[in-house]
Amino acid sequence: MAAPCSRSPPAAALAALSLLSFASWAASQIENEAGQFFKSGHTNNWAVLVCTSRFWFNYRHVANTLSVYRSVKRLGIPDSHIVLMLADDMACNARNPKPATVFSHKNMELNVYGDDVEVDYRSYEVTVENFLRVLTGRIPPSTPRSKRLLSDDRSNILIYMTGHGGNGFLKFQDSEEITNIELADAFEQMWQKRRYNELLFIIDTCQGASMYERFYSPNIMALASSQVGEDSLSHQPDPAIGVHLMDRYTFYVLEFLEEIIPSSQNNMNDLFQVCPKSLCVSTPGHRIDLFQRNPKSVLITDFFGSVRKVEITTETIRLKRDSEILESSYKEDQIDEEELMEPLKYAEQLPVAQIIHQKPKLKDWHPPGGFILGLWALIIMVFFKTYGIKHMKFIF
Amino acid sequence: MAAAGAAGAAATDLEVIRGKRAALFFAAVAIPLGLPLWWKTTETYRAPLPYAEISGLNALQLRLKVPVTVVFTRDSVPLDDQEKLPFTVVHEREIPLKYKMKIKCRFQKAYRRALDYEEEALSSSSVHEAKAMLAEPQDQAEGSLTVYVISENSSLLPQDMMSYIGPERTAVVRGIMHHEAFNIIGRRVIQVAQAMSLTEDVLAAALADHLPENKWSSDNRRPLKSSLGYEITFSLLNPDPKSHDVHWDIEGAVQRYVQPFLNALSVVGNFSVDSQVYHCDQVGKTQEKFSKSWKPGSSAASLYPVLNFLLYVPELVHSPLYIQNKNGVPMPTNAFHSPRWGGIMVYNVDPQTYNASELPVRVEVDMVQVMEVFLAQLRLLFGIAQPKVPPKCLLSEFKSEGLMTWELDRLLWARSVENLATATTTLTSLAQLLGKISNIVIKDDVASEVYKAVAAVQKAAEELASGHLSSAFVASQEAVTSSERAFFDPSLLHLLYFPDDQKFAIYIPLFLPMAVPILLSLVKIFLETRKSWKKPEKID
Repeated sequence: MAAPCSRSPPAAALAALSLLSFASWAASQIENEAGQFFKSGHTNNWAVLVCTSRFWFNYRHVANTLSVYRSVKRLGIPDSHIVLMLADDMACNARNPKPATVFSHKNMELNVYGDDVEVDYRSYEVTVENFLRVLTGRIPPSTPRSKRLLSDDRSNILIYMTGHGGNGFLKFQDSEEITNIELADAFEQMWQKRRYNELLFIIDTCQGASMYERFYSPNIMALASSQVGEDSLSHQPDPAIGVHLMDRYTFYVLEFLEEIIPSSQNNMNDLFQVCPKSLCVSTPGHRIDLFQRNPKSVLITDFFGSVRKVEITTETIRLKRDSEILESSYKEDQIDEEELMEPLKYAEQLPVAQIIHQKPKLKDWHPPGGFILGLWALIIMVFFKTYGIKHMKFIF
Repeated sequence: MAAAGAAGAAATDLEVIRGKRAALFFAAVAIPLGLPLWWKTTETYRAPLPYAEISGLNALQLRLKVPVTVVFTRDSVPLDDQEKLPFTVVHEREIPLKYKMKIKCRFQKAYRRALDYEEEALSSSSVHEAKAMLAEPQDQAEGSLTVYVISENSSLLPQDMMSYIGPERTAVVRGIMHHEAFNIIGRRVIQVAQAMSLTEDVLAAALADHLPENKWSSDNRRPLKSSLGYEITFSLLNPDPKSHDVHWDIEGAVQRYVQPFLNALSVVGNFSVDSQVYHCDQVGKTQEKFSKSWKPGSSAASLYPVLNFLLYVPELVHSPLYIQNKNGVPMPTNAFHSPRWGGIMVYNVDPQTYNASELPVRVEVDMVQVMEVFLAQLRLLFGIAQPKVPPKCLLSEFKSEGLMTWELDRLLWARSVENLATATTTLTSLAQLLGKISNIVIKDDVASEVYKAVAAVQKAAEELASGHLSSAFVASQEAVTSSERAFFDPSLLHLLYFPDDQKFAIYIPLFLPMAVPILLSLVKIFLETRKSWKKPEKID
């Protein structure tokens, strides 16, 4: 109905277009669905999509996350409500034979990187600490709005994590881990502060089911690609790119999501059936005991899309039309602003003199690190071994 | 030889005794001194918090006092009743909500006789004149009401109307010549006062998030949560710039209509307004143009909730576009809104403008029509709903700002209660979290914020009980700010979760090599001492 716009307009217009496409339907359809809408109780949707692996051979994890990002955007969640964390840059990696692309299907059918992806946490910013800060909201005040999860008690949040994991932990960046207890505690903190209405947690790693074992906060539904003791396998390698492009579980979840449009009536039970053992080799699991509603009545678009409830405005207020009085004051404002609009010269904007003559900052003294101490201990031990232990009594 | 042997034995004995003493000293240092020192230095730092007071907040009893002044004119009540004036009647009622805090609503009615100028004003023939003569809004504190009681047959109100609710904090009620006059009039006054200040649904909407989830009407979910500031964005969406060249005087409209409304609401929070225009032409490129914003520092940098109001001018092929309700009747407003997001209005271009000129047609948007709808939506989104007026009551028409003073008071009551509920929940959750997760550090500044928050909650409750609405609201906002600052302080992040087996793995290589010799030597000393106690018995 609206003219096609190739570059997606900002959040407000996108939400507006989705709202308008909804509103211009027949009235009876609105009525039938209205009753169901008001059951879920959420007014906005958020998504936190995390890829925790770096290095070129973990291309598939980035492709997983970007594919979920694409689906979630297509179904209506705007970029301002998506926190996308990618631990490595595959599109501009030196080993990428097709730079600026990340493919999710063999033979380069689908480029999920595109030209309008907004990565909020990139590369080394994806750490356990930052992830927990995003979830709990304990972010330093200087963080920009796009890096925050500004959810409230009426938000449905989708959390998707992928990477390498084990029994009870998920590896971040090859150097640290997040345990299932930390994750459960983070969700509990979110619940205490009512930062979510309902939460859907999807994890695609080896032994993924161990990550949701310890949840204890209400209104959480969890899905994992494999049980404890099983590995999640990757889907298809691409001979031109040289790595595996996607993981099996996410690949079939995405195939399922491709059928979903913002008005779909598919529910969570359909999502639980995705990727049976014959296709996935691992056994996907899910956890619904903490969730209050029946999964059969939970729509996929409750979490993956951003369908908003609307009400028709029936009342207006009456305003008086007083045009003459305020026009003169309005003109005065205009003149004032023109005076203020004089551009500053470039040199005046930068304190060049200060920058040139800056002294280097004094750094705090830190005691020598472990490596130095170990090195000295080694040297001393070698000395005493060579020259005899009896010299030691002069030291101690 | 024997002496040397004896001396050697004595020397080794001395060595043994020295060895025993050394072992005992080691144990004395390691166990009573070392263990407590290790324990103290490895615990997480927690500044003391007022846990008792925080749990006391949950049992807080909120008393919302509404001071009402009831002014009786000469012929409104029988003479012997008039002799009893002035006196005060208190009407207290508990609000039946399933909330842990008990809320009592207390209407303190101070009855008095009318002064001369009031008598004169109330004997005029219409409410507007009376209003003009009585107008002294600055005397009335926020939250208080004044009700004038006129005689039964007075012509101030239309004949069938029993009461009138004015735009400022005044109302008029008909009196009665009856021996139970005061009781009957008292009930009417309470009805009117409740409509203007506090009813159960106002408080239920404010506490919607804290109540159990069986009251799921759309009214409860529509209002925005209380916040320190709001950002309002007006957007014009023109999907067909080839046909419509749309102009809207948004700056003038905001100044004329929106700014007075926001000024009236300025107590509730800081508002910043900006606007933008979207064009989407057929080639497929979007181009957005940001016009200036009215207050600096808004949009990307602020974290306030955003309200979006969109004006959509449909394309030529789709014009005119009407929104129908469920019966298929086109709505006159042609607009709809979404809770906690904003509103959208569809503006249909007048078909006559097409006849005159070629495309693109210049469209001047009628800002009054648009602003009427947007301001109505803004009221709904803020939770300023239509009040439940008592039967046969005349409601005055809107003030020029679009907001009546007592509606603002109602909003402040609701917000104060909501803020107190939020602050209490936050503090309680913080206390619970600290109990559950042992790795969270509480620094001194966080502790001072918690103390401040607790003090502010108590102060707000006191102010509400004494009827000072504005200071109660300010205190409640302070309570919310302090409690949120304490809860969301970046230093409260618990990290480094150590499962038990990892703790053992760290401490055993450190403590075991030291502990084993000490313990073994202690055991040996103890056994030898026991043997030496038994030995003298045998000899004796």
